[in-house]
Amino acid sequence: MKILVWLDEGTWEACIDAARDLPGEVTLLHVSDVGTEAALSGSAGLLGRVAGADPAELLAAAERRLLGAAAQRLDRPAKILTLRGRPEHEVLASCASADLLILARDGDQRRLGPRSLGHRTRFVVDHAPCRVLLVWPGSPPPLGSIP
Amino acid sequence: MITVASLVLLVGVLGFAVARPRGLPEAVAAVPAAVVAVVAGLVPWRDAVSELAELGPTVGFLAAVLLLAYLADEAGVFRYAGTIAARWSRGSPQRLLGLVFVIASVVTAALSLDATVVLLTPVVFATASTLAVRPRPHVYACNHLANSASLLLPVSNLTNLLAMSAAGLSFLTFAGLMALPWLAVIAVEYLILRRFFADDLGTPPRPADVPVERPPRFALVVLGLTLAGFAISGPVGVHPAWVALGGALVLAVRQKEPVGTLVSRANPGFCLFVLALGVVVLAVSRGGFGTIVDRVAPHRPDLLGLLLMAGLAAVLANLLNNLPATLMLLPLAAHSPGLVLAVLLGANIGPNLTYVGSLATLLWRRILHHRGAPPVTGEFLRLGALTVPACLLVGVASLWLGLRVSGL
Repeated sequence: MKILVWLDEGTWEACIDAARDLPGEVTLLHVSDVGTEAALSGSAGLLGRVAGADPAELLAAAERRLLGAAAQRLDRPAKILTLRGRPEHEVLASCASADLLILARDGDQRRLGPRSLGHRTRFVVDHAPCRVLLVWPGSPPPLGSIP
Repeated sequence: MITVASLVLLVGVLGFAVARPRGLPEAVAAVPAAVVAVVAGLVPWRDAVSELAELGPTVGFLAAVLLLAYLADEAGVFRYAGTIAARWSRGSPQRLLGLVFVIASVVTAALSLDATVVLLTPVVFATASTLAVRPRPHVYACNHLANSASLLLPVSNLTNLLAMSAAGLSFLTFAGLMALPWLAVIAVEYLILRRFFADDLGTPPRPADVPVERPPRFALVVLGLTLAGFAISGPVGVHPAWVALGGALVLAVRQKEPVGTLVSRANPGFCLFVLALGVVVLAVSRGGFGTIVDRVAPHRPDLLGLLLMAGLAAVLANLLNNLPATLMLLPLAAHSPGLVLAVLLGANIGPNLTYVGSLATLLWRRILHHRGAPPVTGEFLRLGALTVPACLLVGVASLWLGLRVSGL
């Protein structure tokens, strides 16, 4: 089984924990968000007054750190895939060759329900062309949280 | 004819600043354009000289503040702010956003928007990345606050420096009148960003061990004294540019910075660009475009007048970039401190509106295209459309209130 694990900041640990117990070939995917890169490039708008840090380098360093920590937590051989673009689109494109996608909820974590999916996660879950394993990043809210 | 010629010059200067062929500095086009404006009679040479004399101290002030921010960064002030934010946030993305708002607002106000965009934003990104929280909201916050939090002090934005000298406001009067709009605008930005990025901010807190860093005491004390010096320099008859230069020199000597570095960090090329741009904009103001703007611009600092002036400045800031917009509107508003400050509200908050419309954005897009990453405009536009009108409204309303209370 080919397992694709989408690692996003703040929720990736739960995805790794879910992948660890499953047999198969694991690919760890991280997408560098071009929106963040654009916001990091604000110094370009200051009429050449100053040259700032290189956003691509900053993003690459952060990505290396996250993937390093994830590989260590998984503790078994895995492929690494790094992409750059709009995360939800890149993840879906990468699902084409996977049997299972593992991702985490990232919306309202206080109650069970549709709002526990952020809009990007929702987009991926709605459009994924493979099986999906959706995990809570922490312990799930109790059943009583359903309104 | 004069109108067309002067507009062609301005568009040429700004177009060159966007295209920057072979990486040449902006002044390479701006200085000859200013000379052409004078030689062709679009601006009488006496007016050009008095414009330069008026802009000179202001541009010097900016150079000193840029230098001060660079030296503060070298001393570790921004890195220290990053570790404080990391520790106090206890790994929570929401608490980190609150801390980033406080730090970015203070840095923008005290050390100019350049310091926030260039020096603080990478630190904030690194802090978010260390805590493994999603950096998007925090980086966007820095981007927005660099503009909208640059209302408080004359040193926060070059536009403010220009306004202070045009309206003859003292450092303290300026800060006093802008304190309420500054706070109100930051509060609105916070509420909207908090909601806009709710998904990214909702991930569980992940406490991380952040090593304690020694505070850069010397640099912090010098920065504090320099800020206090700005406040008292006016009443004793010293131009605040000297205070900024003094603060920068103290740090430079302590840090044994080479003279060459100091000169290059003061951005002489950019200073020359601003001076030349001042002459070119003067030519535009004297022509038909200036007449149209004059006719549209309100002349009374009542609530409607302030709103119209701020709106006009915001529109021009997006059409031309906020620097030419401010240079063009200030002479029309100089008779009323209220209208001058309304110009600033529009010129400083306005650029957040269309990340595609302003010159600053064109520059930014050019760099992104150059890197092979066409910018994602949808998110920026939506955030701008949500924050800018709301910030302008509360900013103008608070300014009006402040003017009524102070009787100015």
